[in-house]
Amino acid sequence: MALTKADMAERLFDELGLNKREAKELVELFFEEIRGALEDGEQVKLSGFGNFDLRDKNQRPGRNPKTGEEIPITARRVVTFRPGQKLKTRVEEYSERFAASELGRA
Amino acid sequence: MTKSELIEVLARKQSQLSYKDVETAVKAMIEHMSQSLSQGERIEIRGFGSFSLHFRPPRVGRNPKTGDAVTLPGKFVPHFKPGKELRERVNGLTADMTSREVEPA
Repeated sequence: MALTKADMAERLFDELGLNKREAKELVELFFEEIRGALEDGEQVKLSGFGNFDLRDKNQRPGRNPKTGEEIPITARRVVTFRPGQKLKTRVEEYSERFAASELGRA
Repeated sequence: MTKSELIEVLARKQSQLSYKDVETAVKAMIEHMSQSLSQGERIEIRGFGSFSLHFRPPRVGRNPKTGDAVTLPGKFVPHFKPGKELRERVNGLTADMTSREVEPA
């Protein structure tokens, strides 16, 4: 099971009392504004979660994995995500619980 | 763009909602996403991207003060893979210029 926009809208409806249409629109707009900022070349910083940064990559040699044919990978701008300290810590805590449950099973 | 700037833009665009409602909602969405990842659950947002955990195997590190070797346990770290629409938009491409690609739901 993965978290989707529908799950996020459902929670806004359940816990914040937004109506279903408002909740759905707000979730949609939340991701659209982030995409728009990145498209405009602007970094997005969501404190407590992480930063979406942009990196410009130079052209580099590549290969078609099916045919083996050499084709250059053109210069491009890519999005990278750097998780914030708070999120990293929470995920590390999950790692510890995960390791403990694996040991329990062994 | 920061979280508070994002809240301001959304509040302007959703004028039927109060600033306070939008602020609470944005914080709730970010918390929902953090919670999912911290429970080992993936996030899949079509056209935006997916977040998942990558495993970093145990390694031998060093105590920077004493130089002693210490075994660091394996751990998960958050990972983001941008979706097709986001990749194309930051790269200034229109959809018809790029090759076909299948993206997870």
